[in-house]
Amino acid sequence: MTNPTHGTHIFYDGLWRNNAGLVPLLGLCPLLAISTNLINALALALATLAVLVVTCVLVSCTRRWVTAPARLLCYVVIIATAVTLVDQWMAATRYELYRNLGIFVPLIATNCAIFARAELFASRNGPGAALVDALATGLGFGAVLVTLGTLREVIGNGTLLSGADTLFGPAAASWKIEFADGFVLAALPPGAFFSLAALVALRQALGARAATEELESP
Amino acid sequence: MSVNRRTLGMALVLTALAIVGVAIIQTSFDATAARIAANERDAAMYQIREILAAEPYDNRPANDVIVVTHPDLLGGPQARKVYRARAQGEPVAVVMETLAPDGYSGPIALLVGVYADGRLAGVRVTAHRETVGLGDRIELAQSNWVLDFAGERLGPAPHARWAVRRDGGEFDQFTGATVTPRAVVQAVRDALIYFEQHADELFAPANP
Repeated sequence: MTNPTHGTHIFYDGLWRNNAGLVPLLGLCPLLAISTNLINALALALATLAVLVVTCVLVSCTRRWVTAPARLLCYVVIIATAVTLVDQWMAATRYELYRNLGIFVPLIATNCAIFARAELFASRNGPGAALVDALATGLGFGAVLVTLGTLREVIGNGTLLSGADTLFGPAAASWKIEFADGFVLAALPPGAFFSLAALVALRQALGARAATEELESP
Repeated sequence: MSVNRRTLGMALVLTALAIVGVAIIQTSFDATAARIAANERDAAMYQIREILAAEPYDNRPANDVIVVTHPDLLGGPQARKVYRARAQGEPVAVVMETLAPDGYSGPIALLVGVYADGRLAGVRVTAHRETVGLGDRIELAQSNWVLDFAGERLGPAPHARWAVRRDGGEFDQFTGATVTPRAVVQAVRDALIYFEQHADELFAPANP
Protein backbone atom coordinates (compact mmCIF):
# COMPACT_ATOMS: atom_id res chain seq x y z
CA MET A 1 0.00 0.00 0.00
CA THR A 2 1.45 3.34 -0.98
CA ASN A 3 2.18 5.83 1.75
CA PRO A 4 -0.06 8.75 0.86
CA THR A 5 1.39 12.17 1.32
CA HIS A 6 -1.03 14.35 -0.60
CA GLY A 7 -3.69 15.99 1.60
CA THR A 8 -6.78 14.47 0.01
CA HIS A 9 -5.14 11.04 -0.17
CA ILE A 10 -4.33 11.22 3.50
CA PHE A 11 -7.88 12.22 4.28
CA TYR A 12 -9.48 9.52 2.13
CA ASP A 13 -7.15 6.94 3.62
CA GLY A 14 -8.02 7.72 7.22
CA LEU A 15 -11.71 8.16 6.57
CA TRP A 16 -12.38 5.17 4.36
CA ARG A 17 -9.60 3.06 2.91
CA ASN A 18 -7.95 2.47 6.26
CA ASN A 19 -10.85 3.34 8.55
CA ALA A 20 -9.62 2.53 12.04
CA GLY A 21 -12.77 0.81 13.19
CA LEU A 22 -13.57 -1.15 10.05
CA VAL A 23 -10.28 -2.17 8.47
CA PRO A 24 -7.56 -2.73 11.05
CA LEU A 25 -10.31 -3.00 13.71
CA LEU A 26 -8.62 -0.75 16.24
CA GLY A 27 -10.28 0.78 19.27
CA LEU A 28 -12.82 -2.02 19.61
CA CYS A 29 -13.25 -1.58 23.36
CA PRO A 30 -14.99 1.80 23.23
CA LEU A 31 -16.53 0.95 19.87
CA LEU A 32 -18.45 -1.96 21.30
CA ALA A 33 -19.04 -0.80 24.84
CA ILE A 34 -20.10 2.84 24.53
CA SER A 35 -22.15 2.65 21.34
CA THR A 36 -25.41 1.84 23.14
CA ASN A 37 -26.87 5.22 22.32
CA LEU A 38 -26.18 7.96 19.84
CA ILE A 39 -25.32 10.76 22.24
CA ASN A 40 -22.75 8.75 24.22
CA ALA A 41 -21.21 7.49 21.00
CA LEU A 42 -21.03 11.01 19.58
CA ALA A 43 -19.50 12.37 22.78
CA LEU A 44 -16.81 9.71 22.90
CA ALA A 45 -16.12 10.16 19.19
CA LEU A 46 -15.50 13.87 19.74
CA ALA A 47 -13.29 13.19 22.75
CA THR A 48 -11.27 10.62 20.81
CA LEU A 49 -10.93 13.03 17.89
CA ALA A 50 -9.61 15.72 20.23
CA VAL A 51 -7.04 13.36 21.74
CA LEU A 52 -6.01 12.12 18.29
CA VAL A 53 -5.44 15.61 16.94
CA VAL A 54 -3.48 16.82 19.97
CA THR A 55 -1.39 13.65 20.11
CA CYS A 56 -0.53 13.44 16.44
CA VAL A 57 0.41 17.10 16.16
CA LEU A 58 2.60 16.90 19.26
CA VAL A 59 4.23 13.64 18.14
CA SER A 60 4.91 15.18 14.76
CA CYS A 61 6.39 18.35 16.25
CA THR A 62 8.72 16.39 18.51
CA ARG A 63 9.63 13.70 16.00
CA ARG A 64 13.22 14.87 15.53
CA TRP A 65 14.00 14.42 19.20
CA VAL A 66 11.92 11.34 19.91
CA THR A 67 13.55 8.41 18.19
CA ALA A 68 13.66 4.69 18.73
CA PRO A 69 13.76 2.84 21.09
CA ALA A 70 11.95 4.88 23.76
CA ARG A 71 9.49 6.55 21.41
CA LEU A 72 6.55 4.42 22.56
CA LEU A 73 7.10 5.65 26.11
CA CYS A 74 7.06 9.21 24.84
CA TYR A 75 3.80 8.55 22.97
CA VAL A 76 2.30 7.21 26.18
CA VAL A 77 3.23 10.40 28.03
CA ILE A 78 1.79 12.59 25.29
CA ILE A 79 -1.40 10.55 24.94
CA ALA A 80 -1.92 10.44 28.71
CA THR A 81 -1.51 14.20 28.93
CA ALA A 82 -4.01 14.76 26.13
CA VAL A 83 -6.55 12.35 27.64
CA THR A 84 -6.23 13.96 31.07
CA LEU A 85 -6.90 17.38 29.57
CA VAL A 86 -10.00 16.12 27.78
CA ASP A 87 -11.12 14.29 30.93
CA GLN A 88 -10.81 17.38 33.12
CA TRP A 89 -12.49 19.63 30.57
CA MET A 90 -15.42 17.25 30.20
CA ALA A 91 -15.85 16.87 33.97
CA ALA A 92 -15.91 20.64 34.30
CA THR A 93 -18.30 21.43 31.45
CA ARG A 94 -20.44 18.34 30.78
CA TYR A 95 -20.53 16.57 34.13
CA GLU A 96 -23.57 14.34 33.62
CA LEU A 97 -22.27 13.18 30.25
CA TYR A 98 -18.87 12.61 31.82
CA ARG A 99 -20.45 10.39 34.46
CA ASN A 100 -22.45 8.50 31.82
CA LEU A 101 -19.30 7.76 29.83
CA GLY A 102 -17.65 6.56 33.02
CA ILE A 103 -14.37 4.80 32.61
CA PHE A 104 -14.32 5.15 28.82
CA VAL A 105 -12.96 8.68 28.84
CA PRO A 106 -9.75 7.68 30.62
CA LEU A 107 -9.69 4.52 28.49
CA ILE A 108 -9.21 6.64 25.38
CA ALA A 109 -5.55 6.47 26.37
CA THR A 110 -5.56 2.77 25.50
CA ASN A 111 -7.21 3.21 22.11
CA CYS A 112 -4.85 1.52 19.69
CA ALA A 113 -5.97 3.73 16.83
CA ILE A 114 -4.19 6.65 18.48
CA PHE A 115 -1.01 4.70 19.02
CA ALA A 116 -1.13 3.41 15.47
CA ARG A 117 -1.45 6.83 13.87
CA ALA A 118 1.24 8.29 16.11
CA GLU A 119 3.68 5.52 15.27
CA LEU A 120 2.84 4.91 11.61
CA PHE A 121 2.21 8.42 10.41
CA ALA A 122 2.72 11.32 12.82
CA SER A 123 6.25 10.24 13.71
CA ARG A 124 7.26 10.32 10.03
CA ASN A 125 5.48 13.34 8.64
CA GLY A 126 5.17 17.02 9.29
CA PRO A 127 2.56 18.56 11.60
CA GLY A 128 0.28 19.63 8.76
CA ALA A 129 0.05 16.13 7.31
CA ALA A 130 -0.25 14.65 10.81
CA LEU A 131 -3.16 16.98 11.52
CA VAL A 132 -5.00 15.90 8.37
CA ASP A 133 -4.38 12.25 9.17
CA ALA A 134 -5.58 12.66 12.75
CA LEU A 135 -8.72 14.45 11.59
CA ALA A 136 -9.44 11.76 9.03
CA THR A 137 -8.83 8.88 11.43
CA GLY A 138 -10.88 10.57 14.13
CA LEU A 139 -13.76 11.31 11.78
CA GLY A 140 -13.64 7.79 10.37
CA PHE A 141 -13.62 6.19 13.81
CA GLY A 142 -16.28 8.61 14.95
CA ALA A 143 -18.47 7.80 11.97
CA VAL A 144 -18.39 4.11 12.87
CA LEU A 145 -19.12 4.92 16.54
CA VAL A 146 -22.05 7.16 15.63
CA THR A 147 -23.47 4.65 13.14
CA LEU A 148 -23.28 1.88 15.71
CA GLY A 149 -24.75 4.15 18.36
CA THR A 150 -27.69 5.07 16.15
CA LEU A 151 -28.34 1.45 15.13
CA ARG A 152 -28.12 0.08 18.64
CA GLU A 153 -30.22 2.80 20.20
CA VAL A 154 -32.99 2.64 17.59
CA ILE A 155 -33.15 -1.16 17.49
CA GLY A 156 -32.17 -1.89 21.08
CA ASN A 157 -33.99 0.85 22.94
CA GLY A 158 -36.58 2.14 20.55
CA THR A 159 -35.40 5.70 20.98
CA LEU A 160 -33.05 8.17 19.35
CA LEU A 161 -31.14 11.10 20.78
CA SER A 162 -32.03 10.22 24.34
CA GLY A 163 -29.79 12.15 26.68
CA ALA A 164 -29.19 14.88 24.11
CA ASP A 165 -29.35 17.44 26.92
CA THR A 166 -26.20 15.98 28.48
CA LEU A 167 -24.22 17.04 25.41
CA PHE A 168 -26.11 19.96 23.88
CA GLY A 169 -27.65 21.63 26.90
CA PRO A 170 -31.11 21.62 28.54
CA ALA A 171 -32.90 22.83 25.44
CA ALA A 172 -31.98 19.58 23.70
CA ALA A 173 -34.01 17.39 26.07
CA SER A 174 -36.95 17.72 23.69
CA TRP A 175 -34.98 16.21 20.82
CA LYS A 176 -35.53 12.68 22.04
CA ILE A 177 -37.59 10.55 19.64
CA GLU A 178 -39.34 7.41 20.82
CA PHE A 179 -40.45 4.52 18.67
CA ALA A 180 -41.73 1.17 19.83
CA ASP A 181 -40.11 -0.93 22.51
CA GLY A 182 -36.64 -1.98 21.61
CA PHE A 183 -35.14 -5.39 20.90
CA VAL A 184 -32.90 -5.60 23.96
CA LEU A 185 -30.28 -7.85 22.38
CA ALA A 186 -29.07 -4.99 20.23
CA ALA A 187 -28.22 -2.96 23.33
CA LEU A 188 -26.29 -5.81 24.93
CA PRO A 189 -22.73 -6.90 24.06
CA PRO A 190 -23.76 -9.60 21.55
CA GLY A 191 -25.71 -6.97 19.66
CA ALA A 192 -22.59 -4.83 19.54
CA PHE A 193 -20.61 -7.61 17.91
CA PHE A 194 -23.38 -8.38 15.42
CA SER A 195 -23.76 -4.72 14.48
CA LEU A 196 -20.04 -4.15 14.04
CA ALA A 197 -19.75 -7.35 11.99
CA ALA A 198 -22.47 -6.08 9.69
CA LEU A 199 -20.65 -2.78 9.20
CA VAL A 200 -17.32 -4.51 8.55
CA ALA A 201 -18.98 -6.80 6.02
CA LEU A 202 -20.54 -3.80 4.30
CA ARG A 203 -17.18 -2.07 4.19
CA GLN A 204 -15.57 -5.18 2.73
CA ALA A 205 -18.24 -5.51 0.08
CA LEU A 206 -18.00 -1.87 -0.96
CA GLY A 207 -14.21 -1.99 -0.87
CA ALA A 208 -14.04 -5.16 -2.95
CA ARG A 209 -16.30 -3.67 -5.59
CA ALA A 210 -14.13 -0.55 -5.77
CA ALA A 211 -10.97 -2.64 -6.00
CA THR A 212 -12.28 -4.73 -8.90
CA GLU A 213 -13.43 -1.56 -10.65
CA GLU A 214 -9.93 -0.17 -10.27
CA LEU A 215 -8.42 -3.31 -11.75
CA GLU A 216 -10.86 -3.39 -14.64
CA SER A 217 -10.62 0.27 -15.61
CA PRO A 218 -8.21 0.96 -18.43
CA MET B 1 30.29 0.35 32.43
CA SER B 2 29.64 3.28 30.18
CA VAL B 3 26.30 4.94 29.74
CA ASN B 4 25.22 4.84 26.14
CA ARG B 5 24.86 8.43 24.95
CA ARG B 6 21.82 7.62 22.94
CA THR B 7 20.07 6.07 25.93
CA LEU B 8 20.90 9.12 28.01
CA GLY B 9 19.52 11.35 25.32
CA MET B 10 16.27 9.39 25.21
CA ALA B 11 15.99 9.46 29.00
CA LEU B 12 16.39 13.23 28.98
CA VAL B 13 13.74 13.65 26.26
CA LEU B 14 11.34 11.42 28.15
CA THR B 15 11.95 13.32 31.37
CA ALA B 16 11.44 16.64 29.63
CA LEU B 17 8.19 15.42 28.08
CA ALA B 18 6.98 14.16 31.45
CA ILE B 19 7.76 17.46 33.16
CA VAL B 20 6.02 19.47 30.45
CA GLY B 21 3.06 17.09 30.52
CA VAL B 22 2.64 17.35 34.26
CA ALA B 23 2.93 21.14 34.10
CA ILE B 24 0.18 21.28 31.48
CA ILE B 25 -2.07 18.98 33.48
CA GLN B 26 -1.49 20.96 36.68
CA THR B 27 -2.51 24.16 34.93
CA SER B 28 -5.63 22.52 33.58
CA PHE B 29 -6.41 21.08 37.00
CA ASP B 30 -6.18 24.47 38.67
CA ALA B 31 -8.47 25.91 36.04
CA THR B 32 -11.13 23.22 36.37
CA ALA B 33 -10.97 21.90 39.95
CA ALA B 34 -13.52 24.32 41.37
CA ARG B 35 -16.02 23.68 38.58
CA ILE B 36 -15.63 19.92 38.93
CA ALA B 37 -16.13 19.99 42.69
CA ALA B 38 -19.24 22.14 42.25
CA ASN B 39 -20.57 19.72 39.62
CA GLU B 40 -20.06 16.76 41.93
CA ARG B 41 -21.93 18.49 44.74
CA ASP B 42 -24.75 19.49 42.38
CA ALA B 43 -25.11 15.95 41.04
CA ALA B 44 -25.37 14.54 44.55
CA MET B 45 -27.84 17.21 45.62
CA TYR B 46 -30.06 16.93 42.55
CA GLN B 47 -31.50 13.57 43.53
CA ILE B 48 -31.73 14.58 47.19
CA ARG B 49 -33.74 17.67 46.23
CA GLU B 50 -36.01 15.47 44.11
CA ILE B 51 -36.70 13.19 47.06
CA LEU B 52 -37.40 16.12 49.39
CA ALA B 53 -39.52 18.06 46.90
CA ALA B 54 -42.93 17.41 48.45
CA GLU B 55 -42.42 19.03 51.88
CA PRO B 56 -40.97 22.48 52.55
CA TYR B 57 -37.71 22.94 54.40
CA ASP B 58 -35.52 25.97 54.95
CA ASN B 59 -32.02 24.68 55.61
CA ARG B 60 -29.45 23.42 53.13
CA PRO B 61 -29.21 19.62 53.41
CA ALA B 62 -25.83 19.71 51.71
CA ASN B 63 -24.48 21.56 54.75
CA ASP B 64 -26.34 19.49 57.36
CA VAL B 65 -24.79 16.06 57.01
CA ILE B 66 -23.78 13.40 59.48
CA VAL B 67 -22.07 10.11 58.83
CA VAL B 68 -23.35 6.82 60.21
CA THR B 69 -22.54 3.16 59.82
CA HIS B 70 -24.57 0.03 60.29
CA PRO B 71 -23.18 -3.09 58.64
CA ASP B 72 -26.47 -4.99 58.71
CA LEU B 73 -29.15 -2.43 58.03
CA LEU B 74 -27.23 -0.08 55.74
CA GLY B 75 -25.68 -2.74 53.53
CA GLY B 76 -22.08 -2.88 54.65
CA PRO B 77 -19.46 -1.45 56.99
CA GLN B 78 -18.76 1.67 54.92
CA ALA B 79 -19.74 5.11 56.18
CA ARG B 80 -23.12 6.38 54.97
CA LYS B 81 -24.01 10.04 54.72
CA VAL B 82 -27.30 11.25 56.13
CA TYR B 83 -28.58 14.60 54.84
CA ARG B 84 -31.05 16.40 57.12
CA ALA B 85 -33.83 18.76 56.08
CA ARG B 86 -35.34 21.09 58.66
CA ALA B 87 -37.93 23.86 58.81
CA GLN B 88 -37.26 26.52 61.50
CA GLY B 89 -34.89 24.09 63.14
CA GLU B 90 -37.55 21.36 63.43
CA PRO B 91 -36.87 18.01 61.74
CA VAL B 92 -38.58 17.55 58.38
CA ALA B 93 -36.82 14.62 56.72
CA VAL B 94 -33.57 12.72 56.33
CA VAL B 95 -32.07 11.31 53.17
CA MET B 96 -29.85 8.32 53.90
CA GLU B 97 -27.27 6.73 51.67
CA THR B 98 -27.58 2.97 51.77
CA LEU B 99 -26.64 -0.09 49.79
CA ALA B 100 -28.47 -3.19 48.59
CA PRO B 101 -25.60 -5.67 48.59
CA ASP B 102 -27.46 -8.49 46.85
CA GLY B 103 -28.36 -7.07 43.47
CA TYR B 104 -28.19 -9.39 40.49
CA SER B 105 -24.87 -8.04 39.19
CA GLY B 106 -23.51 -6.45 42.34
CA PRO B 107 -24.44 -3.90 44.99
CA ILE B 108 -27.00 -1.19 44.27
CA ALA B 109 -26.39 2.23 45.83
CA LEU B 110 -29.55 3.96 47.02
CA LEU B 111 -30.78 7.19 48.54
CA VAL B 112 -33.71 6.66 50.93
CA GLY B 113 -35.64 9.71 52.10
CA VAL B 114 -37.77 9.42 55.26
CA TYR B 115 -39.97 12.09 56.81
CA ALA B 116 -39.78 12.74 60.54
CA ASP B 117 -43.03 10.81 61.05
CA GLY B 118 -41.65 7.67 59.41
CA ARG B 119 -43.28 7.99 55.99
CA LEU B 120 -41.02 7.34 53.01
CA ALA B 121 -40.30 10.54 51.09
CA GLY B 122 -38.80 8.65 48.18
CA VAL B 123 -36.13 6.27 46.97
CA ARG B 124 -33.59 6.80 44.20
CA VAL B 125 -30.90 4.56 42.73
CA THR B 126 -27.52 6.28 42.46
CA ALA B 127 -25.37 3.43 41.16
CA HIS B 128 -25.98 -0.08 39.90
CA ARG B 129 -24.79 -2.70 37.45
CA GLU B 130 -28.07 -4.45 36.80
CA THR B 131 -29.02 -5.86 33.43
CA VAL B 132 -30.02 -3.40 30.73
CA GLY B 133 -33.71 -3.73 29.93
CA LEU B 134 -34.45 -5.98 32.91
CA GLY B 135 -33.04 -5.00 36.31
CA ASP B 136 -32.28 -1.42 35.30
CA ARG B 137 -36.01 -0.62 35.57
CA ILE B 138 -35.25 0.31 39.17
CA GLU B 139 -33.84 3.51 37.68
CA LEU B 140 -36.27 6.38 37.40
CA ALA B 141 -34.98 7.01 33.88
CA GLN B 142 -36.21 3.56 32.83
CA SER B 143 -39.52 3.20 34.68
CA ASN B 144 -41.64 4.71 37.44
CA TRP B 145 -41.35 1.67 39.70
CA VAL B 146 -39.22 3.41 42.30
CA LEU B 147 -41.83 6.16 42.72
CA ASP B 148 -44.20 3.66 44.33
CA PHE B 149 -42.12 3.81 47.50
CA ALA B 150 -43.14 7.36 48.32
CA GLY B 151 -45.66 7.54 51.12
CA GLU B 152 -45.11 3.96 52.33
CA ARG B 153 -44.59 3.20 55.99
CA LEU B 154 -42.56 0.47 57.64
CA GLY B 155 -45.51 -0.88 59.61
CA PRO B 156 -45.32 -3.28 62.55
CA ALA B 157 -42.88 -6.18 62.78
CA PRO B 158 -42.33 -8.73 61.24
CA HIS B 159 -42.60 -6.50 58.16
CA ALA B 160 -43.80 -9.38 55.99
CA ARG B 161 -45.33 -6.96 53.48
CA TRP B 162 -41.87 -5.54 52.72
CA ALA B 163 -41.07 -8.05 50.00
CA VAL B 164 -41.84 -8.58 46.33
CA ARG B 165 -45.11 -10.26 45.52
CA ARG B 166 -43.42 -13.54 44.68
CA ASP B 167 -42.10 -13.62 48.26
CA GLY B 168 -45.50 -12.87 49.74
CA GLY B 169 -45.06 -9.14 50.01
CA GLU B 170 -46.87 -6.19 48.50
CA PHE B 171 -44.30 -4.75 46.08
CA ASP B 172 -44.27 -5.42 42.37
CA GLN B 173 -41.36 -7.22 40.81
CA PHE B 174 -40.51 -6.93 37.12
CA THR B 175 -41.31 -9.49 34.49
CA GLY B 176 -38.09 -11.42 34.01
CA ALA B 177 -36.23 -9.83 36.92
CA THR B 178 -36.97 -10.66 40.56
CA VAL B 179 -33.56 -10.50 42.22
CA THR B 180 -33.10 -6.80 41.52
CA PRO B 181 -36.38 -5.42 42.90
CA ARG B 182 -36.18 -7.86 45.81
CA ALA B 183 -32.77 -6.46 46.76
CA VAL B 184 -34.03 -2.88 46.59
CA VAL B 185 -37.20 -3.57 48.59
CA GLN B 186 -35.19 -5.29 51.31
CA ALA B 187 -32.66 -2.48 51.45
CA VAL B 188 -35.44 0.12 51.77
CA ARG B 189 -37.07 -1.93 54.52
CA ASP B 190 -33.76 -2.15 56.38
CA ALA B 191 -33.19 1.58 56.02
CA LEU B 192 -36.64 2.21 57.49
CA ILE B 193 -35.86 -0.13 60.41
CA TYR B 194 -32.63 1.78 60.96
CA PHE B 195 -34.57 5.06 60.92
CA GLU B 196 -37.07 3.71 63.45
CA GLN B 197 -34.27 2.67 65.80
CA HIS B 198 -32.16 5.80 65.46
CA ALA B 199 -34.53 8.66 64.59
CA ASP B 200 -33.35 10.90 67.45
CA GLU B 201 -29.69 10.53 66.61
CA LEU B 202 -30.35 11.07 62.94
CA PHE B 203 -31.90 14.49 63.57
CA ALA B 204 -29.47 15.54 66.32
CA PRO B 205 -27.48 18.65 65.45
CA ALA B 206 -24.09 17.93 63.97
CA ASN B 207 -21.05 18.91 66.01
CA PRO B 208 -20.00 22.44 65.01
